[in-house]
Amino acid sequence: MFRDNRRLDLLFGLVLAGLLLVPWYRVRSGFFGFDWIADMAGKTDLWPGLLQPFLGRWQVAPVLVLLALTLFLRLARQPGRARGRVLILIGLAGLVWMVAEGLSIGMRGWNWGLLEAAFGEIEGQPAFGAGAVTAVLAFTLLIAFGFAERGALKGDAFILGAIALLVLLVATFVFYPILSMFTGAFQEFDGSFTAKGVLKNLPDPKIWSLSCLTGTGSCGVAWRTFFLAICTATGTTLLGLAFALVATRTRFPAKKGLRLLTVLPIITPPFVIGLALIMLLGRSGTLTQVIEGVTGLELGRWVYGLTGIWIAQMLSFTPIAFLVLIGVVEGVSPSMEEASQTMRAGRWRTFRKVSLPLMAPGLANSFLIGFIESMADFGNPLVLGGSGGVLSTEIFFAVVGAQHDPARAAVLATVLLCFTLSAFLAQRLWLSGRNYATLSGKGDGGRHAALPARVAWPVTIIVVAWGLFTLIIYTMILFGGFVKLWGLDHSLTLEHYARGFSIVWDNGIVWTGVAWNSFWTTMKIALIAAPLTAAVGLLTAWLIVRQSFPGKGAFEFALMMSFAIPGTVIGISYIMAFNLPPIQMTGTAMILIFCFVFRNMPVGVRGGVAAMAQIDGSLDEASLTLGANSARTMRRVILPLMRPAILAALVYSFVRAITSISAVIFLVSAKYNMATAYIVGLVENGEYGIAIAYSSVLILVMITVIGTFQLLVGERRLKRPEPAAKPQEMPA
Amino acid sequence: MSTQKRGAVRFESVRKEFGSFTAIPDLSLDIEPGELVTLLGPSGCGKTTTLRMLAGLETPTRGRILIGGEDVTRLPANRRDVSMVFQSYALFPHMTVAQNVAYGLESGGMKAAEARGAADKGLDLVGLSGLGKRLPSELSGGQQQRVAVARALVLEPQVLLLDEPLSNLDARLRRRVRTEIRDLQQRLGFTAVYVTHDQEEALAVSDRIVVMRDGIIEQAGSPRELYEEPVSEFIADFIGEANVLPADVLGVEGGDAQVSIGGVELTLPARGATPGPARVAARANAITVTEGGVPGLGGRIASSAYLGDHVEYEVETDTGRLFAIDTGGDTPLPAGTEVAVGFRPRGLALIS
Repeated sequence: MFRDNRRLDLLFGLVLAGLLLVPWYRVRSGFFGFDWIADMAGKTDLWPGLLQPFLGRWQVAPVLVLLALTLFLRLARQPGRARGRVLILIGLAGLVWMVAEGLSIGMRGWNWGLLEAAFGEIEGQPAFGAGAVTAVLAFTLLIAFGFAERGALKGDAFILGAIALLVLLVATFVFYPILSMFTGAFQEFDGSFTAKGVLKNLPDPKIWSLSCLTGTGSCGVAWRTFFLAICTATGTTLLGLAFALVATRTRFPAKKGLRLLTVLPIITPPFVIGLALIMLLGRSGTLTQVIEGVTGLELGRWVYGLTGIWIAQMLSFTPIAFLVLIGVVEGVSPSMEEASQTMRAGRWRTFRKVSLPLMAPGLANSFLIGFIESMADFGNPLVLGGSGGVLSTEIFFAVVGAQHDPARAAVLATVLLCFTLSAFLAQRLWLSGRNYATLSGKGDGGRHAALPARVAWPVTIIVVAWGLFTLIIYTMILFGGFVKLWGLDHSLTLEHYARGFSIVWDNGIVWTGVAWNSFWTTMKIALIAAPLTAAVGLLTAWLIVRQSFPGKGAFEFALMMSFAIPGTVIGISYIMAFNLPPIQMTGTAMILIFCFVFRNMPVGVRGGVAAMAQIDGSLDEASLTLGANSARTMRRVILPLMRPAILAALVYSFVRAITSISAVIFLVSAKYNMATAYIVGLVENGEYGIAIAYSSVLILVMITVIGTFQLLVGERRLKRPEPAAKPQEMPA
Repeated sequence: MSTQKRGAVRFESVRKEFGSFTAIPDLSLDIEPGELVTLLGPSGCGKTTTLRMLAGLETPTRGRILIGGEDVTRLPANRRDVSMVFQSYALFPHMTVAQNVAYGLESGGMKAAEARGAADKGLDLVGLSGLGKRLPSELSGGQQQRVAVARALVLEPQVLLLDEPLSNLDARLRRRVRTEIRDLQQRLGFTAVYVTHDQEEALAVSDRIVVMRDGIIEQAGSPRELYEEPVSEFIADFIGEANVLPADVLGVEGGDAQVSIGGVELTLPARGATPGPARVAARANAITVTEGGVPGLGGRIASSAYLGDHVEYEVETDTGRLFAIDTGGDTPLPAGTEVAVGFRPRGLALIS
């Protein structure tokens, strides 16, 4: 009908622009510089797609033929099921062809020797550019439009298009890199396949040795990482539980302050804790000097190694466990505990027989989260690892260090991925449906039973002690930036801040500080990435919560699984996937932005899902029955109602882009250096003072951003009472 | 295409599956223009699913749905000429009342100013003129409900769908609002499909009631037909509680059947019954309870409850426990009293 043709016409507008006006291939100096416009006539590599086949690049011709065929269908055939089917087929054929030719023909001709033998030599091609990307998008949308004409999902082209684009994006930026990493393990530098690297690395005793158990040597890095993750997960879960119990079930006076603790991991760049630990317990650390002075012992470098990493991870991740377990502890319905008490059970018996078992699935969940976090942690081991690193740092050194062994990095990354994915699968498959916490929102009167005294005292003492320890650590971070040379010369100075952030007035502001360059790059990239992350995340959340389509379960599962991929693995897979055609982005700001968008998508998705769950589903349906289409419903109903969630997603993806290190460190370049990567560089050079100063500045920036956001959202809530939408009931 | 008139609705062999669960096996139903039809049944009977398929919020697995003679089976909700009043009202909390009412008109491409005028008229219709600038959260439950009705009606749909529109109101308000809805429907003459699980509500507002059970239409008819001539025990029990008693049809003559209930003989409309064992649905108020040795079914009062204008009895008899209502107003009989149970023919029906 009319709509079916109109959206095809719009698509043709896009395609024509893509084929006629912009270069088909990647512009090396950067597309958004737009200096290619001047050079276009002279350089054939800059010619648009329509002309490429005449340059002997026959591989572009099928794309043009398929698109011409679509034009013919638009003009000569009526919309309907038959045409829809052909459109789907054209879209699929186009995508398959572009993937095939893109992967087969590289910079210098065929990528695989087999093809060269079969078809003879061919001229190489650069990576896909604006024109080719337009074609890929067009084919993807053609599939969606084809399904719409066939009446799938009631012919809603908006939803179908959104699904198709998301699948394309997730496939390109999550699964293609992982696949490239796997194949990379089996490839030589020239692209030929070999299992040599894998065979050499896979059985390496440096990875798998268990000789530390027999006392004959040190264990392999895989087992070390595993033991560390188990210890961290156990420790953070227990401490988190202690904090959650104190915060909800005792008359502890500073509960508000305890809850502030949960903000810390959000605003702390991951290696900062490690850094502070060195300042406290390192060779010339404050505490070390005190102890050595008193006892005369030589403490040495014990903090560099698994013990140190473990302490740092405990400090970093306990707040996360606390956050998870507060929900669990509060989720246990007070009426259960009251019921137990009316049945003559004392506080201790109630706690042991009712409250704790009800919390057990939540505890297991917190354990698995701690496990994954510890496995994925890169910043702390990098700073504290010393000689005994963990998987994530070993991966890093396998690529950037002197050994430069991509196959080894790929093998290690695979091992790491297996660990985290197993934990993720356990969390999803085994724990799902075992949650006793009640979140009905019904007025569940009653109050949580107070902790029995024999639990309350030890738990409170532990919490206070650990809280103080955390406080000391953060004080050291803020203080450390003002000290001349930590451990040796404790005179106060502003020197570090001056070196990092000095500004000179010389006919305008000149940013002379060494930190400014990476600081502004970080801000720019985080600002670009944040809205994209929020948009992709919230759109995904909307599809997951409000739409049902075949394959939704698999779609959701694949998405959630991508969240369990450690940043280091993402980083290594991105450089392996996007270093060569068909998609070449290494060294650009683009790769950082894409990395942030797809790394931080969980923030948007989770926030969106939570916010969406609070909006009565019949609001969407009411909008539909009032004649609005999906796009209008989204714009007029969903988005206005989700404004707080959108703001939250924006802020948190911004903040996470600033604090992230594990993936970023692989992707930064001289031109686009990020703050965290720069700080790690400073640490490696032993310039602790300025590194600490820079970290403090980052933390302050993030506190400001989050504080402003809280004020804005809080004020909005006061102005307008929350909607009186009632929870949706299941259709009878 | 059929020659059905504007406002007519037809379900043709509609089937709806959710995964492996079949909500509606095979449903065919015709609704006349200007009729108010109630879909009635216990929760899970498929009534809401039926309504949502008509609205376009669910797509049938098989079969066709026609509105005004046009096949709308594959048409999405926003392109169907129906509108819906939701159980939760689904008023957009971020828009004013007037914006809510104008929303559908603007979706249809009407100019904002024009839509504003039409919205005001719609609010007049439901007696809310002057409240257009308020937010939904600033209205009472009953007012919100009327905004939802106005929002649906200003679109002048062929069919108005109402999904348990009164369930969020308190009992007293419910009675008033249902009368208002019925009045509006009669005045404007639109077709309405009304979903409820409250039989009293259904009896009060409907031209025709469709009772559903497990996705199947158990019986469809006027409120009177359903109440007086239930086809099954389920209907008899669902539409105004009834006692179902075993009985014997002694003989059939003309349209009448000679029936014996535990020895008490009565003449009831035959409704196709044949001589032999049968069942009779007896309304609680059709059962009389008399103290002492009057002829009738022997029984004993198991419990009695005094409720002001009537007394409720549970009576133990040879044919089972009966629920009876006595509106006579004499002193209530205490539990344990030996009584004779009699029947008033008007509240009795033979069922298959």
